[in-house]
Amino acid sequence: MNKSRQIELWVGIFMAAGFVALFFLAMQVSNLGNAYSGDTFRVMARFDNVGGLKVKAPVTIAGVEVGRVQEIRYDADDFRAVVVLGIQDGYKDRIPEDTFAKILTAGLLGEQYIGLDPGGSLDYLGEGSEIGITQSALVLEEVIGQFIFGKGQEGAE
Amino acid sequence: MTENPKNAADDILVRIRGLRFLRGERAIFDGLDIDIPRGKVTAIMGPSGTGKTTLLKLIGGQLRPHAGSIEFDGQNVHALSTAELYELRMRMGMLFQSGALLTDMSVFDNVAFPLREHTRLSESMIRKLVLLKLEAVGLRGARDLMPAELSGGMARRVALARAIALDPMMIMYDEPFTGQDPISMGVLVQLIRRLNDAARISSVVVSHDVAETLRIADLVYVISDGKVVESGTPQQLAESGGEWTRQFIQGLPDGPVPFHYAAAALSDDLLGGAA
Amino acid sequence: MIEKLRGLGAWGLQALLRLGRAHVLLLAMLRGFVDILRRPRLLVEQLFSVGVLTILIISVAGLFVGMVLGLQGYYILSRFGGETALGLMVAASLVRELGPVLTALLFAGRAGSALTAEIGLMKATEQLSGLEMMAVNPQYRVLAPRFLAGLISVPLLAAMFSVLGVAGGWMVGGGMLGVDQAAFWNGMQEGIDFEDDVINGVIKSLVFGLVCTWIAIFQGYDCVPTSEGVSRATTRTVVHSSLAVLGLDFVLTALMFGE
Repeated sequence: MNKSRQIELWVGIFMAAGFVALFFLAMQVSNLGNAYSGDTFRVMARFDNVGGLKVKAPVTIAGVEVGRVQEIRYDADDFRAVVVLGIQDGYKDRIPEDTFAKILTAGLLGEQYIGLDPGGSLDYLGEGSEIGITQSALVLEEVIGQFIFGKGQEGAE
Repeated sequence: MTENPKNAADDILVRIRGLRFLRGERAIFDGLDIDIPRGKVTAIMGPSGTGKTTLLKLIGGQLRPHAGSIEFDGQNVHALSTAELYELRMRMGMLFQSGALLTDMSVFDNVAFPLREHTRLSESMIRKLVLLKLEAVGLRGARDLMPAELSGGMARRVALARAIALDPMMIMYDEPFTGQDPISMGVLVQLIRRLNDAARISSVVVSHDVAETLRIADLVYVISDGKVVESGTPQQLAESGGEWTRQFIQGLPDGPVPFHYAAAALSDDLLGGAA
Repeated sequence: MIEKLRGLGAWGLQALLRLGRAHVLLLAMLRGFVDILRRPRLLVEQLFSVGVLTILIISVAGLFVGMVLGLQGYYILSRFGGETALGLMVAASLVRELGPVLTALLFAGRAGSALTAEIGLMKATEQLSGLEMMAVNPQYRVLAPRFLAGLISVPLLAAMFSVLGVAGGWMVGGGMLGVDQAAFWNGMQEGIDFEDDVINGVIKSLVFGLVCTWIAIFQGYDCVPTSEGVSRATTRTVVHSSLAVLGLDFVLTALMFGE
């Protein structure tokens, strides 16, 4: 039966094309292709102000992504924000304890991410470690305020 | 299952008692009593709109009556579970007015359909059966045509072949003669009679075509206003007959079924309307 | 005045009855999935008539929509010097919204109306009745395969739409307008999250597929079996499906993309 054979063929092509499209979307269009499937270890960092930092924002060292932000919460006892970073296991015991964590902005309009500046300590970050030295996000209003205040100071002199 | 041994060996295949069926407010059937005997051609006649197709659907279990009972081969049709009802339907064949063939299949596949659905016969066996059924209606050569390519009469014959595919006990014919040319009609009439006698299938013909129906019927029921008005053999009907039956059979335009639809007097309408 | 109220009440009652019948049909079709396992041929045939035959319109539409997105997006983004975000913009619009929604609307118009007309005609020519009298349940045999075919086809078609749209945007952005290739793809890959965007888009198109196919089949099955009745049912399929898709899109988007 030639006709039914043709139909089956076309349906097969259709299903295959559909799945290829889904696969393409997953791999080439979304971040699944880049995402590591490895395990991570948790590191804490406290900030006075996290600005616009969001969960899943990248964590980089020297510009290279080494992990993602897993959690952001507020510590009512400490009055500071606690950010939990998920760093790839490959870097366990490789990042010095006195590493400096900053919240940076990617480009002018870009999203915020965390940049780590390695220190020189011989002790390294492991599961549950905390980064002591942090720099909060740049909040536009404060910068403007400082500028105006500074200008005002100058003017007063 | 209500298997009454007395009924099973009975002469009566279908027993309808006190049937009441409403459509909206109107009573289509109001206390209908009909006995359909085995092995005979029973005709159910009446003017259009008396719900004859509805009656066939009630017998087949597609519709539920509001009161009364219908027994087929000793079983109460509407007391059955869905599975049992489907079982029962395999013993009934129905020929719809338009044939109701499945339009996306060839003639052969249409006739083979019930066999493929309900039996586990091999394809070669099915092929033989289908060819035999088509031979019985004289359309074996048309087996590869599509329903769209058939004339009305041929489509009905194919539908008939399909209806007898599972060798049912009874076939219901819904207005089989309507809109047929004399030759097709002659063919159908002959087929109905032959199938009934040779294969001992009981036949129920619902029609308002008096001449043809009376030619082949063994027993006739005349229905009007939801009740049986007359019953008997064609002979008896022609001789006796109340006024109504006579009007129906002779095709008189006026009588118990009036010519004029209910309206005010003509003079009132003409004079009152203009203003 | 009283008459109007009574009419409204009657209409409301009819609407509730129809809703009930629609759900009874849905359950029957779901039950019919079991029968499809025994007869996969039925599903294959329907996948062809419902899915394969819709590929053409989906592909062309997807390509053009992507191209337009590329153009419009470029003009707006270049004002802020954000051309490099074009890839992300095109992909996000498609995967999250335009892919599922436009595919569903086109599907309702092309395949949905065809389904309604086909089933309505089968009802009018007594084929469905005939099947019942032959002890074959038309809901399992005729309706369920069509329903399953729609359910499977729509997400696949939506994926194709999105992919072709991205391709269209890439052709226009990279080829015509000179947007940097690397920026296009990297921005896209950075920004489109598999779970949040792709999976949600698939879920949306599954929901839309279910609703559109269900409406199409029900309208055909429930219609008045005359030529006028079938024609009205077909119109209703397209209108109801479209409104349902747009309404559900709002609800789903709020659920999925809100924070």
